[in-house]
Amino acid sequence: MKRMILVALGMTFVAGALSTTGVLAATTLESVKAKGHLQCGVTSGLPGFSQPDEKGNWTGIDVDTCRAVAAAVFGDAKAVEFTPLTAKERFTALQSGEIDMLSRNTTWTLTRDVSLGLNFAGVNYYDGQGFLINKDIGVDDAEQLDGATVCIQSGTTSELNLADYFRAKGMKFKPIVFDTSEQTVQGFAAGRCDVLTSDRSQLAALRSKLADPNTAKILPNTISKEPLGPVVRQGDDQWFNIVKWVLFAQINAEELGITMDNVGEMLKSDNPNVQRLLGTDGDMGAKLGLPDDFGHAIVKQVGNYGEMYDRNVGPDTALGLERGINALWTNGGILYAPPVR
Amino acid sequence: MTESTIKPPKKNLGPVKWMRTHLFSSWYNSLLTLVVGYLLLTSVGPLVSWVFLDATFEGSGPGDCLGEGACWLFVSQRLNFFIYGFYPDELQWRVDIMFGLLALAFVPQFIEGFPARKWLGIFGMSGLPIIGYVLIPGGILGLEEVESSKWGGLMLTLILAYIGILASLPIGILLAIGRRSDMPIIRGLCVVFIEVWRAVPLITVLFMASVMLPLFLPEGVSFEKLVRALIGITLWQSAYMAEVIRGGLQAIPRGQYEAANALGLGYWRKMGLVILPQALKLVIPGIVNTFISLFKDTTLVLIIGLFDILGAVQSTIADPAWQNVAIEGYVFVAFCFWVFCFGISRYSQNLERKLDTGHKT
Amino acid sequence: MKKQSIDSISARPKPWYDPRIRALFFQVVTLGVVFWAGWVLIDNTLSNMQSRGISTGFGFLDETAGFGIIMHLVPFDATMSYGRTFWVGLTNTLLVSAMGVVAATIIGFLVGVARLSSNWLVAKIALVYIEVIRNIPLLLQIFFWYFAVLASLPAPRQSVEVGGAFFLNNRGLYLPGPVTQDGFGLVWGALLVAIAAVFGLRSWTKKRQKASGQLFPTVKVSIAILVLLPLIAFFLAGQPLEWDLPALKGFNFGGGISLIPELAALWVALSLYTASFIAEIVRSGILAVSKGQTEASKALGLPNGLTLRLIIIPQAMRVIIPPLTSQYLNLVKNSSLATAIGYPDLVSVFMGTTLNQTGQAVEVVAITMGVYLTISLLISLLMNLYNRAVEIKER
Repeated sequence: MKRMILVALGMTFVAGALSTTGVLAATTLESVKAKGHLQCGVTSGLPGFSQPDEKGNWTGIDVDTCRAVAAAVFGDAKAVEFTPLTAKERFTALQSGEIDMLSRNTTWTLTRDVSLGLNFAGVNYYDGQGFLINKDIGVDDAEQLDGATVCIQSGTTSELNLADYFRAKGMKFKPIVFDTSEQTVQGFAAGRCDVLTSDRSQLAALRSKLADPNTAKILPNTISKEPLGPVVRQGDDQWFNIVKWVLFAQINAEELGITMDNVGEMLKSDNPNVQRLLGTDGDMGAKLGLPDDFGHAIVKQVGNYGEMYDRNVGPDTALGLERGINALWTNGGILYAPPVR
Repeated sequence: MTESTIKPPKKNLGPVKWMRTHLFSSWYNSLLTLVVGYLLLTSVGPLVSWVFLDATFEGSGPGDCLGEGACWLFVSQRLNFFIYGFYPDELQWRVDIMFGLLALAFVPQFIEGFPARKWLGIFGMSGLPIIGYVLIPGGILGLEEVESSKWGGLMLTLILAYIGILASLPIGILLAIGRRSDMPIIRGLCVVFIEVWRAVPLITVLFMASVMLPLFLPEGVSFEKLVRALIGITLWQSAYMAEVIRGGLQAIPRGQYEAANALGLGYWRKMGLVILPQALKLVIPGIVNTFISLFKDTTLVLIIGLFDILGAVQSTIADPAWQNVAIEGYVFVAFCFWVFCFGISRYSQNLERKLDTGHKT
Repeated sequence: MKKQSIDSISARPKPWYDPRIRALFFQVVTLGVVFWAGWVLIDNTLSNMQSRGISTGFGFLDETAGFGIIMHLVPFDATMSYGRTFWVGLTNTLLVSAMGVVAATIIGFLVGVARLSSNWLVAKIALVYIEVIRNIPLLLQIFFWYFAVLASLPAPRQSVEVGGAFFLNNRGLYLPGPVTQDGFGLVWGALLVAIAAVFGLRSWTKKRQKASGQLFPTVKVSIAILVLLPLIAFFLAGQPLEWDLPALKGFNFGGGISLIPELAALWVALSLYTASFIAEIVRSGILAVSKGQTEASKALGLPNGLTLRLIIIPQAMRVIIPPLTSQYLNLVKNSSLATAIGYPDLVSVFMGTTLNQTGQAVEVVAITMGVYLTISLLISLLMNLYNRAVEIKER
């Protein structure tokens, strides 16, 4: 008996030693602060959105969104750890509390918003689904794809849109479903399928992964709306607001002309909008539960939305995506952030 | 003198005789030998030239792989990633020390009569995990911390298999004893536990550990992904371990139990001092065999997004800089696993022969 | 003082020293701990799910799935329910498992016998096959067959073609599909008659052998009946069978029977891997039959074929069947690795896509594990029944 108790004690000890510090906290913000870092779910590898280099350093627009939140909470954009997730795992990882926020080119839909217990905190990239096709096949339009074999990533909205599109057009298709986008490209490159479908931004990234990108082209059709954005758990309005307003702060910063380079000078600006955003006037941060200078920290360390876009997916990168509808509303796009006041 | 040592006719001697009995003993054996031999010769030639003669071993980058043969350059250039994952270069000495200690503890087990062999084995099961727990993650004793998300490659594969087997051993022993217990409820619980875990595929267990375990725990308590995978692997493996150990317990003659009872030993003393030492010794080959299958099964963690050695290779194959290196990558991983598994299985077969006391019925 | 202690020894032991009471106490405590732990887990899960707003219950099974699946044995399209995706996944799992069991058994028995061949070359090749294949992880072998072999196959337009009826390309293997016409029922009928005739023949030959000791070539005659009778019916009915040949239509081949690469790769890998274990089981099973048995049967004057069929195989099977069953179980479980290459099995379709689209992890995982548990229990049950039938009857 005594021995049993000893064994039980030993096992408890082992379990305790293996576990990371279990933090009991009421709100996500408190638990993030207690941990000392933000745990952020990203894709396991998608150029321009989130991609680790050989040393395990992450880059991409989704990764920068996480960094901006870390900058706002801690004043340090490096206080973030990334959890690479497959499309299948992402929602359960967020629901279960393994990650604090999900920034993994995730499409905002009604079902996801309502029945998964999640909240979409905004949109950091407006996208649409398209097709990547081998040039040899000689197809110029998605309407000619009747009977095609399509490579697709499992557990995505693309999987559903694809079925809808072909059904609406009265066409047939054969889906080949892979777990990761890397395998999808591998399957496409091996000739397993005629077309690869995904969000158009991803297609550009995936095409750049082909041995010879010139053998494939992206069809002109866009078959769906894909607003991609960061996601948080339902039921914690404070954390939801923080993530939402971090994104708005970046968009507002671009609109106000605040950049990484001039943010220091802008502190002296007498434009009240700039003052409120950078925290030199008012207590906007405190209302969110953040330091008042959270806007300053974000722009200083991560940059405004435009800088984040150009650095990761813009025309000068391997992806070479024009701003298009992702431009500010003042420049003909649809990015429009509510005012900070 | 010379007359007394007349040799038998030449056809009954040496290679000719050997070939007659082993290759050409009947018409269909001759035919079989010729057909199989022809197929073997035609396939071995190209294989050898692909692996060795035409292969590229040295160079500075993907551009140097021009030959017809294998591009081993790909493996040698990415070797660091395949072994250590994202583990920082300047801290890899810590992993190297562990590799060294692991070899020191377990390689002598293969060598008959190595000094202090037994103590090295015991160290490998007790002290080594503690050293590893300090050394690999760091964060204490002034060692820089390396998060588990940066572990990968062969190192991760070994960690998963080593901890999996080590942790499942005590649980397996308890389950096995429970299954042979006289108490119906204890026995029933153990049977259900063992049979349920043995019935489900490891991939569903890993998936459950990776996405559902956090739902089972109280709010705020969370484990890292690697720890969750380890919990899943351990529970799953302990069911198999229990069945192996149960085999050993069943092989112990009744007289041993009765003798222990006659000496007045209590249940736990009887088990701990008399039965288990004998039973465990009997099942060492079985434990080694389950270790081999666990070692192979650790590759499944790539499906839940951990970069073990196969995961590391699989992700580098997709790198557009290197083209058509899939086969080289797979062959490299296959070779690594084969060396480990084949070596260990030879060891267990030897042990089985040695432990066979001839009492088998 | 002394007397007292002697009294207490002869009396019943104190309740806490009574082994029965101790056992009862111990079991009640354990049961309590298990129930408590289970309750905590369930309570945690429920409260976690509620606080995170995750929907619960099995209502999702009736909702529209909305995604396509490449291969389905039961009718399926995107407008059908999530419940239907479960059946699609399950049937695909059962299909690849059944194909794997058959192929692995055949290869395994061949290699196991080859391992004992008197031909040195054949025996060594069998040994190399076993030692190489079983020491390499199955997942790696699946990747190899899928990604490495697939990439080396030609595109549909450059297919490898045999006689205009068989095509091999990187979309799979295409075979002509039989299409039965009116009157094919006659062939089925003839087959039934043939099977009945074979059973009749067997009981007749057994009776005859018992009465007269004469042997009858039952197997050869049975095969002849089984093949000839339906064949005659086939020609009498005017050959009511046509072949649907695969042909290149648009992007790909249509018509005929197709074997998709995902299924082929999984099948080949599972069969070869499991066969390497079965071969060793077969070898040890044959070796376990003592030589005296063969000699005794020779002494009785039985011919070689009958010795094998009546003496060696039945005894070897008694040793082979239990580990063979556990290999079959492993094969069924290993078929779940399909998810790594996109073959739509239960884990890939139901625990993958369906789980992700609905987000109801607990329900989906519970159903999936329940299925594997059921399959496993069924196979164990069948094996126990078989074991009881073949075990040595001691009288």
